[in-house]
Amino acid sequence: MVELKAQTPFGELLPLHIGDMTVAARDLGQLTVLGVFDRAGLSKALEAAHGVALPEPLQSTAEGDAQCLWFGREEALLVGPTPDEALAKHAALVDVSDGWAVAELQGPGAEDVLARLAPVDLRDSVFEPGDILRSQLRDMPASITRTETGFLLLVYRSMAATLVQELRRAMEAVASRR
Amino acid sequence: MRIECPICGSRDRREFYYRGDAIALARPAPDAGDDVWDAYLHLRDNPAGETRDLWQHEGGCGAWLVVTRDTVTHAVHAVELASDVKRAMA
Repeated sequence: MVELKAQTPFGELLPLHIGDMTVAARDLGQLTVLGVFDRAGLSKALEAAHGVALPEPLQSTAEGDAQCLWFGREEALLVGPTPDEALAKHAALVDVSDGWAVAELQGPGAEDVLARLAPVDLRDSVFEPGDILRSQLRDMPASITRTETGFLLLVYRSMAATLVQELRRAMEAVASRR
Repeated sequence: MRIECPICGSRDRREFYYRGDAIALARPAPDAGDDVWDAYLHLRDNPAGETRDLWQHEGGCGAWLVVTRDTVTHAVHAVELASDVKRAMA
């Protein structure tokens, strides 16, 4: 019998340590896109079932193991639990757990690394823990969240290796200047 | 060039996809006649001045936007959600 072992989308590419910065793969559990068609109803159902409110644009909410990330116009990403059936009345639910690659970038140079890749201001004076946005890392569509410990980066699974390559190049450049 | 997305705030031009004249929101009725459809599909002004175009915030929230801008000065005068503009037309 063949033993199949679960792998992250990054395989052996992560973790990556350069200078005083690290990138590591994160397993957040189930990822479900909520295509919202009834904001108020969905927010109530979410709070009742998973304890998290539907986040406002550019925000995220968290409660225990459940997290809800703003994911675009009329879209949110439920992170962690299997979605309660009651949510289906207020939103289209799509399981995308295997569709996204999730990594966390940590270290004192993290802001400088992302400044080389994304056309948005991610300094802590304007982008605080819990804040989230959709933008691009180089040419990759990405979701970027500031956590208490660093930046949570989500890209399409097929772009996982490209993300590591771009991060490596930017981290090396930042590390060489410190 | 920067565009003020009503949802995401001020963002770099490279996050946006350009579609074309906002006339696309005013689709004529199916029986409007050949001349009207010909104008809708093919005839465009090319003003030195103010234009209204459809853009999509493709690299961000995904919203379709109507951007009013000046082709001479490159100033962006207004950015609205295309869904709001369409609703106001009804």
